[in-house]
Formats: sequence, C-alpha cells, structure tokens
Amino acid sequence: MTQVSENILLKSGTLADGSVKDVLIADGVIHSVGDSLNPGDARIVSAEGHIVLSGLVDLHTHVREPGREDSETVLSGSQAGVKGGYVALSAMANTSPVADTAGVVEQVYRLGKEAGLLDVFPIGAVTQGIEGKVLAEIGAMADSLAHVRVFSDDGNCVSDPLVMRRALEYVKKFNGVIAQHAQEPALTVGSQMNEGIVSATLGLKGWPAVAEEAIIARDVLLAEHVGARLHICHLTTAGGVEIIRWAKARGISVTAEVTPHHLLLTDELARSYDPIFKVNPPLRTERDVMALRQGLADGTIDIVATDHAPHPGESKECEWQEAAFGMLGLEHALSIVSQTMVETGLLDWAGVQDRMSTAPAKIAGYSEHGRELAVGAPAHLTVINPKAPYRVDRDSLASKSRNTPFHGMEFTAQVVATLFHGRIVFGKDRFQ
Amino acid sequence: MKHLLSIADISRFDAIKILDTAEELAKVSDTPMKKLPTLRGRTIVNLFAEDSTRTRISFETAAKRLSADVINFSSKGSSLSKGESLKDTAQTLQAMGADAVIIRHGASGAPARLADCQWMSGAVINAGDGTHEHPSQALLDAFTIRRHLGQGREDLTGLRVGIVGDVLHSRVARSNVLLLTKLGAHVTLIAPPTLLPVGVESWPVSVSYDFDSVLESLDVVMMLRVQLERMQELFFPNAREYSRYFGLNSARLQTLHPDAIVMHPGPMNRGLEITADSADSARSVILEQVSNGVSVRMAILYLLLAGDTSIETGN
Repeated sequence: MTQVSENILLKSGTLADGSVKDVLIADGVIHSVGDSLNPGDARIVSAEGHIVLSGLVDLHTHVREPGREDSETVLSGSQAGVKGGYVALSAMANTSPVADTAGVVEQVYRLGKEAGLLDVFPIGAVTQGIEGKVLAEIGAMADSLAHVRVFSDDGNCVSDPLVMRRALEYVKKFNGVIAQHAQEPALTVGSQMNEGIVSATLGLKGWPAVAEEAIIARDVLLAEHVGARLHICHLTTAGGVEIIRWAKARGISVTAEVTPHHLLLTDELARSYDPIFKVNPPLRTERDVMALRQGLADGTIDIVATDHAPHPGESKECEWQEAAFGMLGLEHALSIVSQTMVETGLLDWAGVQDRMSTAPAKIAGYSEHGRELAVGAPAHLTVINPKAPYRVDRDSLASKSRNTPFHGMEFTAQVVATLFHGRIVFGKDRFQ
Repeated sequence: MKHLLSIADISRFDAIKILDTAEELAKVSDTPMKKLPTLRGRTIVNLFAEDSTRTRISFETAAKRLSADVINFSSKGSSLSKGESLKDTAQTLQAMGADAVIIRHGASGAPARLADCQWMSGAVINAGDGTHEHPSQALLDAFTIRRHLGQGREDLTGLRVGIVGDVLHSRVARSNVLLLTKLGAHVTLIAPPTLLPVGVESWPVSVSYDFDSVLESLDVVMMLRVQLERMQELFFPNAREYSRYFGLNSARLQTLHPDAIVMHPGPMNRGLEITADSADSARSVILEQVSNGVSVRMAILYLLLAGDTSIETGN
C-alpha cells in the first residue's frame, strides 16, 4: 500500500496485556506506545474502554475469485475481512481455475493489492486440480510474487498417504507448511452431517468423527517421520484435540486451527433441516465444542481460522442434501471468540491476540503481521468494543453472500475499527 | 395441526384421534357410494419427486373419496426432472392455489423445508422423505395392528413389535419407532449391526442382532424392504446370507406366537427379506395394510383440511 495515511493518536486504549496506553501511528507504522503521548500533528481518536490488538490474521478464507465471483470476490472478501477486524486473509486454493500454478496465485495476490484494504496471501494447491494425485507446481508458487508458503487442497483431503508424505517433504525446501483438510473420503461418501444421535433421527448420512481423526493421526506420524511442518485445518472433534495434544507432547511440528462456528454451534441445529447449518467438516456435539474451547485455551489448538465460505442464495435455499457445504465467518469471528472464550474466562485478550493474530502470522510466515504493537512495525491494528451488544443481520453484511448461520444471534463484543498500514480501512462511530 | 411432517410432531392423543377417525372413514369405503363431500372444491397436489405406486395411489384415492380435486405431479416428465428447484416448484404450486401438498422426496427433510420456508402456504404432508420418515405408513401400520391385536384398546400398550431389516435406510422404521412406542408398544429392532444407525442407542427400543432369539416373543413381525444395492455397499456379504439370518421363512413363521401377524410396507423383495409362503400366509396382513392405508390417509386429509382445529401438536 502506497497510499499515505494520516497520523493518528489512539488515546487510552487497552492493549492485549491489559495496560492502558496511547498508540501513536505515523507514516503507517507504530511510532510509539506509551502514556500521555504528544500527538504532534496526529488526529486524536479516543480508544478509551476499547481493546487494541495487533491486527487479525485469517489463515483460511474462501474468496471465491477467480471463478465464483457471484458469491465473493477478492474485493468483497477484503471488505468483509476488515469489517471483522482482519488485516490479512489467506485465500484458499479451491477456486476455478484452481490455484495450482504461479499464474493463478499471482492473479489473486494482485487482486488483493488492487483492493488495498488488507493483505491477501494466496494459498497454493498441494496437488494439480486439488485432485490428490500429482503435486502442483509448489516450487513455482513459492518463488512467485505471491511468495506462497502455505499449501492446501482444502475442500478435498490429501488422502493418499504417499502424496501427503511427498508434499510434506517437498515444502521443507522453503520452510513451507501443508494445511490438511482431514477427511478420509472412503468413510464420508455422500455424508451430510455429524454421525450420531441427531443424524440417526434425521435420516441424514453421517460424517463420522473417526474420518477426521484417522487422517490427523496418520499425518502427525508422517510429519514426525519426515520432520516436516503440518497444519490441521478446521479441527472439529474431541478426539482430534486429543491426538494433536499427544503429537505436540511428542515434539511433532504440528499446528491446528478451529473455526468460530465449531466453537459455538452443534449438530442439534440440523434438526431444522435448514442447510444454513450445513458445513464441512460438520457441526459436532456439545462435548466436541467444549473440547475445542479447552484445546484453544490451553494452546493445543494454535489458532482460530474462519473457513469463511460464501455461497449464493440458491445453494442454500433447497433441500439439505442438495445444498452446498459452508458458512460465512469473517465478519463475526472476533465476536464469537469473545463470547465463547473471553466471556467464559477461558482466554484473555492477550490470548485472543495470540490465537487470531500472532500465531497465524507465525505459522504462515507473514512477517509483517502479528507483531504485537512493536514500535516500527506496520500499524495493523484491530480495535474492539468489548461491550457493544448487537444482533447479526444477514442483510447488512459486507460479504457478497448471506449464508451466515449467526443471523439473529446477539453478540457482545464487536470490532469498531481496523487499521491497515495506519489507515482506517474500517471504522465505526468515532473511528470513521 | 397444520402439517404432517414427522411422527415426532404429533402427540399420542393426536395419533389415536387419527386412528379413530380412520375407523369411522373406513365405513365409507364399505358403502356403495364410497364418497364424502367434505373436501369438495379443495385442491390437493401429489408431488412425487421419487417413484412410488402404492403411496401415491393410496393418497389419491383417499383425496378423491373426500371429493377433493387431485393433481398428480411426478418426477418423470415434469419440471422436476428438468432440474427445477424445490423452491420454484413450491412457489408454482402456491400460485396455482394448492390447499395441500403431499410430498414424496428422496431428500430427508424436503417436506420440512417446504413447510418452513414460506415458499407456499398450504398444508404439507410427508409421504416419505429420504431415509427420514414416512408418517402415514406408520399410522396405517398402527391402525392395522390395533385392529388385529388391540382387543378394543385405543392404543397398543403391551404389544411387542419386531422391526426387521434395513433400519438404517428405512423411513418406515423411523416413523414406526416413534409412533408405536408413543402408543405403548415395545419395539425391538432386529438387524445386522451394519444396518442400524450409529446413535440408535438413544431410541426408545431394544436392539437384537439375532432374529431367532426374539422371534417367539413377538406379536408383530414387521419386515423391511432390503435393497440389493446395499450388498455392493458392504452392509452384508450376499443375499443368501442376509436371508438366512434376517429373512422371514416358513420355519420362522412356525416359531411365531399363534396370534402373531406379519407385516411389510411393500414393495416386497420376495425371496430376500420374506419368502413367498410367508408373504402369502394366513398370518400376513400385508394386503390389509394397503387397504387400511386409504382410510388412514382419508383421516389425515380430513383432520388437516376439513377445518378441525381440535388436534394440537407440539410443532
């Protein structure tokens, strides 16, 4: 971003560590952090009673461009992102065409620059066409302008153990990471929802927890064997948390993410047959939700990632089994993390900053992000009003799509401003 | 009661009212005229997105005996086979002024979507949705059981019903488990473990993997259709082995309690889940199920559409 930003003094905001400080932003970087800072020529904006965090980083976003611009574009995804407090998105590779060449990842990267609201970092496909058979041009994507370091066939599992092994090994060359969508395909043919008490009653084909856990178990062992980095996308089961905990204790280089919706919602919602609640991996049970929250609190799960998955109306206004998998996440992720983790006492704001900014940036190697308000670092900031209750309205989203499962729900904390390179790219009230 | 989507939505009281009403309406079918003017001028659509003969004809007959106008809308040769969405179909039916839609659909929950989405305002009657439920089948089964074994009681208290076969994929089984237990029967599901859903332990039933061990205790043996395709999906090794352990044959028929009855929702796979001599034996009430189906469906239409609002539901 080359646009010149005004200088801003964020007055008396509460930082992640709980201290109340002024933050002076000049020339797009954090000039100083301290008490009663001299504003100089900076505009003074009071952040009193607000939480000021290092800007949020999403490691799992479907921006749908190229190919499905009817549901989201890099621009609309960026707008949804900044509204949710994000300053960096990671664009998943399952576009059309698939992001399996340097050309496609550079296109997405360029579109992100043009939108200019936040950083859009493309994720490259692991295999050509995300078909799980032949490795994509991983090296070319890594060396491209987009500088890809995270590779994923998300939407599909890299189910062939040999392909997975080779991919894990190959990205060691540049300290890359494979982000696995853990779903054993043979156990999930035609699956519609979590397999259990609710699916038995509804007559919807089950997606068993073991189909996720079996792949996680296999892949942590593969990562250990070849000494590579593995990231597990959207963890959903209590058993999966246990396996990750075991793997970390063993010293295996594995990280894991959980989505906002898996921290909040359960498979009971499928009883409505409303496919707004249809997502892959599926919503699980209350027991799983509690294990995920605990795992995120104790660090077994490293990060929150949205798996923001926009779909056009017709993909959800139909029978459950005809409907598309996926739900929106960017705009309400922070509110949900606050409700499920902060307001329950499981995590403090320092923990939120770690799980939603510092740790994801570190996993993906986004060196200009997640730098905890360090002086001299780019001024990427998220400002949160922790006591501003609001009701979610699917008709007033920044996303091009409306498939939010949170419509009508009330949350307490909300993002009121997002600063990217010191520029207010999203702001409410006095931050406008 | 506005819709009939799931047995879970109706109370024991409602269920008995439907059965009692069906008894009254059955008398109409025994008269030479066979017709009541109750639903004259009302339009009922049979929306069958999945092939069906007996259920469609049964509902059609029931509606016509109540003097309703019936429109049949089947998957073949209609807009449904041209990829029209359920939403568009529903809105079209609404525009045509349908008072009720009887829907058979391959997707579990499709009737619930029709009822909940405000795409149309008429009553929705579930005539079988995917592997979810088939409420009118369960009601006609309960009606048939009560006629044979009810001994004048209004419900099925104390009766022991075995439901045998592919419970996992059976909408008939799901509706019957809910209804028969609601009416006081004790239900045992009998199937190989592969054909029982994970989560069945939360159902108010007993489960047995051994048909022979429970056979003698049953008052009702309800056989479920088993599709041969399930063999390819590894649910059982082959048809012969399935029949040996879970088929109803003459030897098992002999073992049954003298008053026990044999039921099947149809269509039967003779030789697979039931042998011809069992299906055609004196204990078989399979054809009665079919004729009772008309009376029970008349009762459903009557109670939903004839302005009787005294039936309350939990929905």
